[in-house]
Amino acid sequence: MEILNDYGIVLALAGAVLAALIPGIASAKAVSMGGIAGAGVITEDPSQFGKVLILQLLPGTQGIYGLLISFITLSQIGVLGGSGDISFVKGALYFAACLPIIIVGYTSAIKQANASVASIGVVAKRPDQFGKAMIFPAMVETYAILALLISILAITNVSGINI
Amino acid sequence: MQKKTKLGFSADKNEMTDKLYLYSVARIRSKELGLFSRSDIDQLMNCRTEAECLRYLNDKGWGDESSQTSEQILVSEREKTWELLNELVEDISVFNTFRYGNDYHNLKAAIKQTYKGDTTPNLFLSNGTVEPEVIIKAVSEHDFSLLPDYMREVAEEAYQIQLRTGDSQLCDIVLDKAALDRMYSHGKASENELLSQYVELKVAAADINIAIRSLRTKKDEDFLRRALCECESLDINKLIKCALEGMDAIYDYLETTVYADGVQELKKSSQAFERWCDNRIIEFIRPQKYNPFTLSPLAAYLLARENEIKTVRILLSGKRNDISDDIIRERLREMYV
Repeated sequence: MEILNDYGIVLALAGAVLAALIPGIASAKAVSMGGIAGAGVITEDPSQFGKVLILQLLPGTQGIYGLLISFITLSQIGVLGGSGDISFVKGALYFAACLPIIIVGYTSAIKQANASVASIGVVAKRPDQFGKAMIFPAMVETYAILALLISILAITNVSGINI
Repeated sequence: MQKKTKLGFSADKNEMTDKLYLYSVARIRSKELGLFSRSDIDQLMNCRTEAECLRYLNDKGWGDESSQTSEQILVSEREKTWELLNELVEDISVFNTFRYGNDYHNLKAAIKQTYKGDTTPNLFLSNGTVEPEVIIKAVSEHDFSLLPDYMREVAEEAYQIQLRTGDSQLCDIVLDKAALDRMYSHGKASENELLSQYVELKVAAADINIAIRSLRTKKDEDFLRRALCECESLDINKLIKCALEGMDAIYDYLETTVYADGVQELKKSSQAFERWCDNRIIEFIRPQKYNPFTLSPLAAYLLARENEIKTVRILLSGKRNDISDDIIRERLREMYV
């Protein structure tokens, strides 16, 4: 068990790294999908640039949420300063706390990209319906925010657990 | 085309975003705004003469500087559609289902031209999979190795029929069947539901028309077997049997198939049945207006444009020949938008 405790920080750091990595990759892919569809609309109607830009950027937030969780975790586990003495179980708890944003962040970014692309199609045909079109991808954001909240709550409270 | 990077990731150009045709579909969504709706067709119908119709079409951006006659305007519109599709997809062969027909039409024209020894202008169609010049050269030099594998044998057969027997109808039948077979196999192999449905309807409609024409002209079983093309929605053997029995037998058989709704139209005339088929195509492509991904919305746009051009051609022809508005309206197709 003593030897395992040396690896607590490794697990916690793996959680922080994956929280930045996985939702970041998903958001990059998602924003790219929106950008490609947006470019199609702009080719025909450049005046729609502002509207399609907003729809393109919507699935980019998951990457930001992942980055936030990564920062909080790094500061909690002492990588950004302080003591890095973390037991194996605590390291595992930090890793588990990162999982909501890792998994939901990835999935919601890709799904939100699909909704954004569909909404960009709406803007192409009915620019006056932009407000309604924006609601559909925005709804997917709810679940990324829920996952972000749970990850924040879990990470900030793991340190208080006496293990 | 698939390449692996040093890290082992797939660097195929057809990665997810390309297969989804995100750029192309978004652009097509904007282009769909320019398609004629029912009200545009009504406004065209309200024009009293063909010249007025042409002015309306010009105002809508139809035709180009060089197109003056109605046919030139329609040809120019078809060219614009293909130019757009060429821009939208990296590999235009995804639309080969729609291009094979032009190849076989050109082959037919080249064989007839060689047989008669004359040249008729504007006989050849562009946007096939093989350049018309290659087909003309292959036929005139009797060197079918210039053609793709799938065309060589049938080109030789049709060439020999035309040159030895002079039977243009048989030559046409052989090439029409080859075109349908090629289109059908490509459409089914595409694994795209829209293309699959399209070729199914096209082949079945052609089979039904051939069966009826053969019955009227008293063709025998051998002719029917040579002309009809296999498809999933029709039993060719039953259709041949019915075509040898009589018109009622054909109607009775079709009542048992997915084409039962078209029987009433077929009883009216073959033009009414053709209109029913065209409307059915529009009916099944219409959901693509709400599909943001894949090749299907692009194929739907192409079919919608073809339908639009055909509708305008019918309308212009009616106005030119002083046909009453009621009769013209009966012939008009449903619109995509």
